[in-house]
Amino acid sequence: MTMSSTWHPHKYLPMTVEDRDAMLRVIGAQSVEDLLADVPSGVRLGRPLALPPTLADDELLNHLRSFADRNGHADKLVCFLGGGAYEHTIPSVVWHLAGRAEFYTAYTPYQAELMQGELQAMYEYQSMLCELTGMDVANASMYDGASAVGEAAVMARDLTKRDQVVVSTAVNPQYRQVLRTYVRHLGIDVVELPYDAGRTAPARVREACGSRTAAVIVQSPNVFGGIEDGAALAEAARAAGALLVVAVAEPISLGVLQPPGVFGADIVAGEGQPLGNHLSFGGPYLGMLATRDAYIRRMPGRLVGVTHDHDGRRGFVLTLQTREQHIRREKATSNICTNEALNALAAGIYMAAMGKNGLRRVAEVNARRAHYARQRLTAIPGVRAAFDGPVFNEFVLRTPADPERLNEYLAGRGILGGLALGRWYPELPDGWLVCVTEARSRAQIDALVDAVRDGVRA
Amino acid sequence: MYPDDRRYTREHEWAKQEKGRLRVGITTFAAERLSDVVFIELPEVGAEIRELEPFGVVESVKAASDLFAPVSGKVVEVNRAVVDNPELINQDPYDKAWMIVVEPADPGAWNRLLSAADYAKLVGAEGA
Amino acid sequence: MTPESFPLIFERNTPGRIAVSIPDAGVPDVPLDEIIGATHLRRDPAALPEVSELDLVRHYTQLSQRNYAIDVGFYPLGSCTMKYNPKVNEDAARLSGFARLHPNTPAALAQGALELLWQLEQMLCEISGMHRVTFQPAAGAHGELTALMMIRAYFDERGERRTRVIVPDSAHGTNPASAAMCGFTVVTVPSDSRGNIDSAALRRAADSSVAALMLTNPNTLGLFEEHITEVADIMHGCGALMYLDGANFNAVLGVTRPGDQGFDVMHMNVHKTFSTPHGGGGPGAGPVAVKRLLEPYLPAPTIERDGDAFRLDEDRPKTIGRVRAFNGNFGIYVRAYAYLRAYGPLLRQVSEAAVINANYLLTRLRPFFDVPYDRTCMHEFVLSGRRQKTRYGVRTLDIAKRLLDYGIHAPTIYFPLIVDEAIMIEPTETESRQTLDAFADALIHVAQECETDPETVKTAPHRTVVSRLDEVTAARQPNLRWRPPTTTGVAR
Repeated sequence: MTMSSTWHPHKYLPMTVEDRDAMLRVIGAQSVEDLLADVPSGVRLGRPLALPPTLADDELLNHLRSFADRNGHADKLVCFLGGGAYEHTIPSVVWHLAGRAEFYTAYTPYQAELMQGELQAMYEYQSMLCELTGMDVANASMYDGASAVGEAAVMARDLTKRDQVVVSTAVNPQYRQVLRTYVRHLGIDVVELPYDAGRTAPARVREACGSRTAAVIVQSPNVFGGIEDGAALAEAARAAGALLVVAVAEPISLGVLQPPGVFGADIVAGEGQPLGNHLSFGGPYLGMLATRDAYIRRMPGRLVGVTHDHDGRRGFVLTLQTREQHIRREKATSNICTNEALNALAAGIYMAAMGKNGLRRVAEVNARRAHYARQRLTAIPGVRAAFDGPVFNEFVLRTPADPERLNEYLAGRGILGGLALGRWYPELPDGWLVCVTEARSRAQIDALVDAVRDGVRA
Repeated sequence: MYPDDRRYTREHEWAKQEKGRLRVGITTFAAERLSDVVFIELPEVGAEIRELEPFGVVESVKAASDLFAPVSGKVVEVNRAVVDNPELINQDPYDKAWMIVVEPADPGAWNRLLSAADYAKLVGAEGA
Repeated sequence: MTPESFPLIFERNTPGRIAVSIPDAGVPDVPLDEIIGATHLRRDPAALPEVSELDLVRHYTQLSQRNYAIDVGFYPLGSCTMKYNPKVNEDAARLSGFARLHPNTPAALAQGALELLWQLEQMLCEISGMHRVTFQPAAGAHGELTALMMIRAYFDERGERRTRVIVPDSAHGTNPASAAMCGFTVVTVPSDSRGNIDSAALRRAADSSVAALMLTNPNTLGLFEEHITEVADIMHGCGALMYLDGANFNAVLGVTRPGDQGFDVMHMNVHKTFSTPHGGGGPGAGPVAVKRLLEPYLPAPTIERDGDAFRLDEDRPKTIGRVRAFNGNFGIYVRAYAYLRAYGPLLRQVSEAAVINANYLLTRLRPFFDVPYDRTCMHEFVLSGRRQKTRYGVRTLDIAKRLLDYGIHAPTIYFPLIVDEAIMIEPTETESRQTLDAFADALIHVAQECETDPETVKTAPHRTVVSRLDEVTAARQPNLRWRPPTTTGVAR
């Protein structure tokens, strides 16, 4: 049974009935069925696809709005939620530029002469990421922060020829889950290190590391918002001959915090979403990966380099491609092919828009407003900080009310409350992870405080 | 066509006897097929290598090829010059671009290698 | 720097210029080293460029004009399915309810998002003939890895030690790379003279040490695997599973379903088959669809429906775990959902048009190039530039570069590896006959130039903003970042 005798016009299909018949004549076929003759009859579908009916554009958008309107998004509820994704103010220029069709409808720039725009933009992004993280070289993106950490562990194994990684439980649990999935079949053991008072203790790292340790993996600011003692952790790792992998879930923090490259990280694996990318219910996001020059040949992902053409003009190309799957196949550094290039472009535009001083100022606003919120919230009777120690824009509170119940109450007051930590950390059943970025005004913070005061009393 | 002061593997390496040790490199046939070499990875001095198993990698822009050990044994010398200047492989594969010197574990392995004439026949058949 | 040089954003740097407006904190001004501690503070700011908003806009606008894209012109890239990216999909993805929805939002406040994914899952199952879908994988290769891990979990639970994965010699590089990342050894089986995987060779290789066959169908030659039923029987016969690399799914939508061909699991490339934009290299999405036998191993959480409510199910004891944080590339799935709703049951026309377009081009180009497999193609086909190389010394690379001078992106070249001087062409269904004729005319013209003016072809491109680039130096002396002219605290 076939439908090819009926042909419905469709705006994405230029082929008219006349086109189709003329082309079939040129081919020398009677119908499209002749061209599908190699498909055995035993595997033919033999009926139309049972799909929901075709929708015209206005119906389609209304239909999609009906889904969108049923979500508690950041324009409806004031967002104090963090935990691996962050609401930041995205300057209008970012998506006006990244949304240009010459960027977003382009393919991977394998034909370099035709794609100098994309290649240069990626080279600039790589450069900015190096500046931000203090590392020598950065790639043109991985899938997300969690998988970047997984790939960093494999990279550390290849570089040290050791088969164990030590990871702090102050690293986001989703990152640790993905890490485990990535290394399970590669003979790499994962040892988890308990946190102490909301941070990772260098002494514990020293105890846990040995001659089998390829990498120590920490996150800073960590899942609780705490800033880790990077230099001491780097030293502990180095003492055991292991590499230090620093996961960065909130790169805006690097506007004011010491970059991992300066305190001794060997690999930075992180999430670039906060740099100009929308929350988008979890994706598409942006895996960041940066490392030292010496490790570059074991680094996965695409790399853009600068060179010259035969007339001496500066130009950009994908380079060191022999690391990648399309050449090295089963011996590649990774299987990654499609990456998150457009999100990297947006991140680059964001960083260029912020500039040297802008990023620092935005980060300062984050830190100050978070500090203010923390002071005011911990002044509410019954509410206390879970941990001491410096934080950037997230912190954990212990609440007298069950955090999930509190969040339900807050939603009624137009607020999306912090992350109830009990699911991730059963030892913190009253743990509540609050995030305050520059997107939160003082008035919104004050309203949160009032609502929480009412909420814990109830 | 191929120097007869040495022997060859089917994977296009050459091996030259030097007082019981073997100096190893790759042939012009291999170098030409790779075209411009951009990178070479060689083992450390002291490494053990195994006959017909990869001991390193040589890369051009668009391809990576394993280097196969002509014999089993221990690496006693590594050519830093070719690591720093991989283009030597295209310029002078039989002399300046030697790669390693190996102390063979089994002296009989030498006889398993191809003579210059046999190698020429092999690549004559392959190369078109 | 020459007059033709295009500045880096760093080279437009002018200290003091700003491109954003940042509010004051508006809260009591506590010194940062009291909040954070001096030891943690950055000494020198990152040397990001200082430009005005107009500088920024001109820089990236001009960069965009140094790019080629589907919205600019034809992209006959085999295996990439460079079809038109509908604009209504972009409007959909930008709705606040999607773009501004935090992934840690409690399920009760994300019902619209969860239902969209659930509905998409139902549609993808119908199209693929499978039972469940996971949305976590962010790309095709990511999907391959996820699927192989599920296959491994399946056999581990059965106590069967299967360490090998079979791929045909025409396989895309991600296939063996994914297998290696999952701890498998790769066994390669040759293709026969008709371009099918060689059944006899497959039969010899299929034993109880094999976990799976990874197949693309139609394969990377653009040909449907004629013996697919026999192939499935061989693999299931030795207890192994059948994996489909769905990169070429655009050829068979509504015609045949992988589940009905005997595949147990597949990944789909949403950025190929389902029209989501390629973004200059990404993002895409690589959802994996499975038959019931692999359902227990799906990454957690899955999306479940209880009456009118949708939830995330973390309680999956046999899951392989997570492969990505959160729920995958949700914004991409909004676009794919919109695309499928714009077609509905008319989706079959996509594949019909894709197959007609490809065969039309093959017919027009056949007199001018070697055609390694004399068969009707599906949605793409492979030519060989061998004739031009042997007769005139012009390589496929040169032909590709010369096409750029005609304002058309080159097809995929040197893949699949089993065809000498391969040229792989996939027009897709969104191109008109006029575009196809213009492309065929251009490629035929270049073929003629190989004979009449080979030097021009060998030194192409001549009309792009840069001519052929020195990739050798780029690899020998990698320069992968700009460095500030004076040393800063960043240097170690």
